[in-house]
Amino acid sequence: MSIDKETVAKIAKLARIKVEDNELEKLSVELSETMSWIEQLSEVDTDGVEPLTSVVDMDLYKRADEVTDGGIRDKIVANSPESAEGFFVVNKIVE
Amino acid sequence: MNDLTKLTLKQALDGMNSKEFTSQDITKSHIDAMAEFKGLNAYITETPELAMEQAKASDERRAKGEVGLLEGAPIAMKDLFCTQGVRTTAASNILNNFVPEYTSTVAQNMFDQGMVMLGKTNLDEFAMGSANITSNFGNVINPWKRNSDDKDLVPGGSSGGSSAAVSARIALAATGTDTGGSIRQPAAFTGITGIKPTYGRCSRWGVVAFASSLDQPGSFARTVEDNAIMLQAMAGYDAKDSTSINKPVPNYMAAMTGDIRGLKVGVPKEYRMDGMSDEIAKIWQDGVDWLKDAGAEIVDISLPHTKYALASYYVIAPAECSSNLARYDGVRYGLRVEGDNLDDMYEKTRAAGFGDEVKRRILIGTYVLSAGFYDAYYNKARKVRKLIHQDFVNAYQKCDVILTPTAPSGAFAIGENNDDPITMYLNDVFTVPASMAGMPGISIPAGLSNDGLPLGLQLLGRPFDEETIFKTAGVMEKAANFIAEPSMVFEKAA
Repeated sequence: MSIDKETVAKIAKLARIKVEDNELEKLSVELSETMSWIEQLSEVDTDGVEPLTSVVDMDLYKRADEVTDGGIRDKIVANSPESAEGFFVVNKIVE
Repeated sequence: MNDLTKLTLKQALDGMNSKEFTSQDITKSHIDAMAEFKGLNAYITETPELAMEQAKASDERRAKGEVGLLEGAPIAMKDLFCTQGVRTTAASNILNNFVPEYTSTVAQNMFDQGMVMLGKTNLDEFAMGSANITSNFGNVINPWKRNSDDKDLVPGGSSGGSSAAVSARIALAATGTDTGGSIRQPAAFTGITGIKPTYGRCSRWGVVAFASSLDQPGSFARTVEDNAIMLQAMAGYDAKDSTSINKPVPNYMAAMTGDIRGLKVGVPKEYRMDGMSDEIAKIWQDGVDWLKDAGAEIVDISLPHTKYALASYYVIAPAECSSNLARYDGVRYGLRVEGDNLDDMYEKTRAAGFGDEVKRRILIGTYVLSAGFYDAYYNKARKVRKLIHQDFVNAYQKCDVILTPTAPSGAFAIGENNDDPITMYLNDVFTVPASMAGMPGISIPAGLSNDGLPLGLQLLGRPFDEETIFKTAGVMEKAANFIAEPSMVFEKAA
């Protein structure tokens, strides 16, 4: 399985990680090697096998739909790189 | 006064109970030793003043007769567990300045039982690695040296700071997390004992997430009994973790009866891999002999899909990590690198915040989850995972515990096994299958390699049957009689 430089650039964009052009070649080689190694899974007969989603045989717990937490706005924004009046501040996104 | 750092956790608790020394005494001894062994880089953040305050408060509680399971014991916390007011980095630049406003459930359980926290231990960035060489805060150095040269060795990973700290006697015990072997493999590399309990036994709430269907908190200590005490304090149901199991926590110390007569011990033939070194094969055979001598019955078993566990792990874990790490966007916490627009800010922040191994895994995860590849890779890997799980279910029809080596070798030097990512991934070949199946496992030190380094044996158990693991490991520990210490600790005493 080969992951070419264009594919690396595409998945880096999807993952929102800036990858410089001069880094694409190395990543292409490394990711291709990893995916080639992963190809061995195709040897396994999985016809009729249900994908495993959880190792614990349980139903998720339910609780009453009521507010159990809150009133901690200042704690929530305390670690923000930039906040103002209890809001997170980001770049302008509407022109 | 004797060197209090040489005590086991149990001996330390007993010594405080009988008023031979106080929590402040033993905490101070550990803080002094931490300064002496600072070069190991086992801690990212040391909190000596906080530890002394906690020790004082513990001594006051004890005077009033309030004595928790960990009362007054100085313990290290992997820097993946959020601790209110104490920086929590996950060894990543992206969380370099993160000071949580809350404490993880496991850490809180331990504080409630009287723990004194010495600091936050180093790890591979976001727990992704097997050698503790991907931390943004530098490599951790194994306190052990091999006979053949004086090179710095890795302490295993990802919980390498915790394993090095307990091995170097700069913590009585430590927490860890295990996603594919991150407790058991470092325990083996540093000559100590570490347990990964059943998935769902310890709450993941407040633990920085890597791969949520695999991550499980556990402990390191220098004896099996000490790990039983640690797990007793850490485990329990937590409504804040949706995969926490609401089952009573049994008395782990009481489970260590020393009697394993009639116990069925499975030995899986698939773990006898091509190229297994003679010393690993020998230590495995020693383990078989010890358990047989103690009255256990050895059963040959088969775990036929073992060979595919690593490859399926390296689809599922990166897939989950790419999703979990999407939260680091420079908005709510952590690093921000300004950009021309919002997307540019995200991309620059994540490029500067994540290290190479983390980026590789996010990219692989994004790839296997992307349109057109989801079925071919992600679903395929989850189907293989089902078969691996079924292998264990079938095996436990025939046996009560499974005995294997913990890792294919002893510790290696920093820079070795680093040619390509897959060589490094092979370190976890014996630990990943049980992680994929959610089964509990322990690693105990079983002997020394020809080059003088500790080698570990792994015992796996049925889901939520940590009791049988502790019981069996206790018997094996006694037979192995592993008393070697890392040379730098030994020399300190001399």
